[in-house]
Amino acid sequence: MGQYNALNIAWNALRGHKHWQRAWRDPEPKSNYDVIIIGGGGHGLATAYYLAKNHGITNVAILEKGWIGGGNVGRNTTIVRSNYLLDGNSPFYEHGMNLWRDMAQDLNYNVMFSPRGVMNIAHSKSQYDTFARRANTMRLNGIQAELLSREEVLEREPIIDGSSDTRFPLWGGILQPDAGNARHDAVAWGYARAADQLGVDIIQNCEVIDFIKQGERIIGVKTSRGDIHAEKVGMAVAGSSSRLADKLGLRLPIESHVLQAFVTEPYKPLINGVVTFGAGHFYVSQSDKGGVVFGGDIDGYNTYAQRGNLPVFEDVIAGGLTMMPCLSRLKLLRNWGGVMDMSMDGSPIIDVGPIDGLYLNTGWCYGGFKATPASGYCFAHTIANNEAHELNKAYTLDRFAKGYAIDEKGMGPYPKAH
Amino acid sequence: MIRINCPYCGEREHSEFTYGEDATRATPENDAPLEQWNKFVYERDNPAGEHIEYWHHAFGCRAWLKVQRNTLTHDISWVGLPHENPEAAS
Repeated sequence: MGQYNALNIAWNALRGHKHWQRAWRDPEPKSNYDVIIIGGGGHGLATAYYLAKNHGITNVAILEKGWIGGGNVGRNTTIVRSNYLLDGNSPFYEHGMNLWRDMAQDLNYNVMFSPRGVMNIAHSKSQYDTFARRANTMRLNGIQAELLSREEVLEREPIIDGSSDTRFPLWGGILQPDAGNARHDAVAWGYARAADQLGVDIIQNCEVIDFIKQGERIIGVKTSRGDIHAEKVGMAVAGSSSRLADKLGLRLPIESHVLQAFVTEPYKPLINGVVTFGAGHFYVSQSDKGGVVFGGDIDGYNTYAQRGNLPVFEDVIAGGLTMMPCLSRLKLLRNWGGVMDMSMDGSPIIDVGPIDGLYLNTGWCYGGFKATPASGYCFAHTIANNEAHELNKAYTLDRFAKGYAIDEKGMGPYPKAH
Repeated sequence: MIRINCPYCGEREHSEFTYGEDATRATPENDAPLEQWNKFVYERDNPAGEHIEYWHHAFGCRAWLKVQRNTLTHDISWVGLPHENPEAAS
């Protein structure tokens, strides 16, 4: 299939770009694999890639019911950051940042990782104090963080309303300078191509209908393209976790909610980094194509419909216009919704079991995109070694029963509030 | 757009209501085993299809309502008071 490099591009350009090979094969499913990963989203693809690369397990199938890049990996706002507070989360996400930095080289695919900085703005002295605490915690955990004055915030993003007569006057901000964005589709395609080159079978249009059990052990899956057996079955099916677990009689600490996102028509450079509003829920960045990409709260009721409703739509836009009034002049191009696995503490689950032969990867709430490399890295380790990596040992399924919930927001078991 | 036919106020739009939770979960007895409490507090059925749930008419009559809504389509097939149940579910 060959490497992507300048020479190759020039050679193919001379031949009219008619001889590029497909980026990954389209194999027929075999009847037997060492490992099956259900779900060909970012996390599933990354898991297969790291299984092959770090653990030498290449007899792996990824079963995707739709097509690669058609699920949540293509429906997010592409933000990558690690500005977390709690011990269970910080090292995991910071390891992810390290993987993001080298990803394009590692995968030989331009994922357009752009560390343009993630800035959260504060609107009061007390909010600024909590940001100072967060910045200190981040620094103690080896994560970059800077506190910004009001003037420094406006210097970075001049279009923020810095006037004193706005509803929530600007006070200051916190910046993670090495966080930013990546091109979401490229992340999916890059992992797919790299995993395929290492021998992983990516099987699209292959829906898992049921599990095959021998006694109490899972030994494979029934799919729309026939039965497939495997020693180990990993689930990375954000948005469908409860539905799939239900086939095993498992009830998960998960509720499905819809999160809406929005993009405007392409516009000249307007927003330099990622910015979040401090007096509501609104986060925004500008894509390399110029579209202003933003989102806010989840809709707040259980749903599997990949579309949301107007009250949240209005709320998100209102937050955005309060922070950056000039956005009102832009035309909205598209609005879409993705189904999130909202967990009971706002943190994910990467764990062995609870049934022999099964491995769980779920509960990413609406922070799954940034976790893609770290999740794949840790899930591959968990599957290969039958035990959690140091980085995901807090993400167990039984942490709720044991009282070790990792609740960044302190909301308790109310998924709509995380 | 979700519209809910409040038994007191008639059909009102989504923005007048706030979502509560799954209305089919039964609180365990105080002395029930911890495992049962864990299931109650942390685990959810989370069905894809019909879901019976509470909504609060927060910006209307402030009554709590029980609603049967399809989680795949957002269609509402029944609205009642908290002590009532749709016939199909009972």
